[in-house]
Amino acid sequence: MDASAAKLIGAGLATIALAGVGVGIGNIFGSFVSGALRNPEAAPRVFGNVLLGFALTEAVALFALVIAFMILFVF
Amino acid sequence: MHSPMEQFEIKRLLDFKFAGLDVSFTNSSLWMIIAVILATGVFVMGMRQRALVPSRLQSVAEVGYDFIANMVRDNVGEGGKKYFPFILTLFIFILFCNVLGMVPYSFTPTSHIVVTFAMALFIFVGVTVIGLARHGLHFFSLFVPKGVPFVLLLLLVPIEIISYFIRPFSLSIRLFANMLAGHTMLKVFGGFVVMMGLLGGWAPLAFIVVFTGLELLIAFLQAYVFAILTCLYLNDAVHLHH
Repeated sequence: MDASAAKLIGAGLATIALAGVGVGIGNIFGSFVSGALRNPEAAPRVFGNVLLGFALTEAVALFALVIAFMILFVF
Repeated sequence: MHSPMEQFEIKRLLDFKFAGLDVSFTNSSLWMIIAVILATGVFVMGMRQRALVPSRLQSVAEVGYDFIANMVRDNVGEGGKKYFPFILTLFIFILFCNVLGMVPYSFTPTSHIVVTFAMALFIFVGVTVIGLARHGLHFFSLFVPKGVPFVLLLLLVPIEIISYFIRPFSLSIRLFANMLAGHTMLKVFGGFVVMMGLLGGWAPLAFIVVFTGLELLIAFLQAYVFAILTCLYLNDAVHLHH
């Protein structure tokens, strides 16, 4: 196989990480909504934590993006 | 058409050489200085009147101060007060760099890993030094979780040590990758608008409008996450897992 073709396949494979990140972000907001419906008064207090969790999970997706970029442009 | 990565190119504005090192004044330095001047301006101009009923600019300064003061109080707790100026400076600087990067034809210094890694490394070294200075060798109990059987400790201690040393990397890559990805995405969709022309270009244009709003949120969120993680690391060093 050509090295450049392998690069493209590798960069595509790196995006599989998005599956986990999708589950994670869905989980965060899903849990928040179900928790907020049970106890609406407590919802505003945890929203900061929700955003923090969202940002931390999203960062995992971006690590995958960095790996894809490294495969495409660095090597 | 320009490549979407072209916006991240560093251009030398004034050439300087110092002791064999290239210390040229670049567009990155220029936008960092603009961010510092604007941030200082907001706080100095805002607090000039010190009115009981704040003007618009004064409430911006007060809300920013309160926000970070609460964050430090909640996350570092006792003994965190003296680190408040540092956290506020860090947050405001990153926030202004990120938001100024949303201005068309500007440059985002935080989209370069050199900038974010330098900040993260200073925080990492600083936090470690604070922890060692406060607790001496007892600081290393940070790596030993409490109430865990000895067999598990053999596995957990290396993991704790690795996760401690990975902190500067994850902290810096998170900020840099967010900025890089967001701006690249905007430019790629901007390219779609041009490619699809007058007829079909409206769909990506609408997406860009929505996404610009999201990017502004992310610009704030990432500054917040950077500051709050610094607080959590400081809390670890000051209180050693309580």
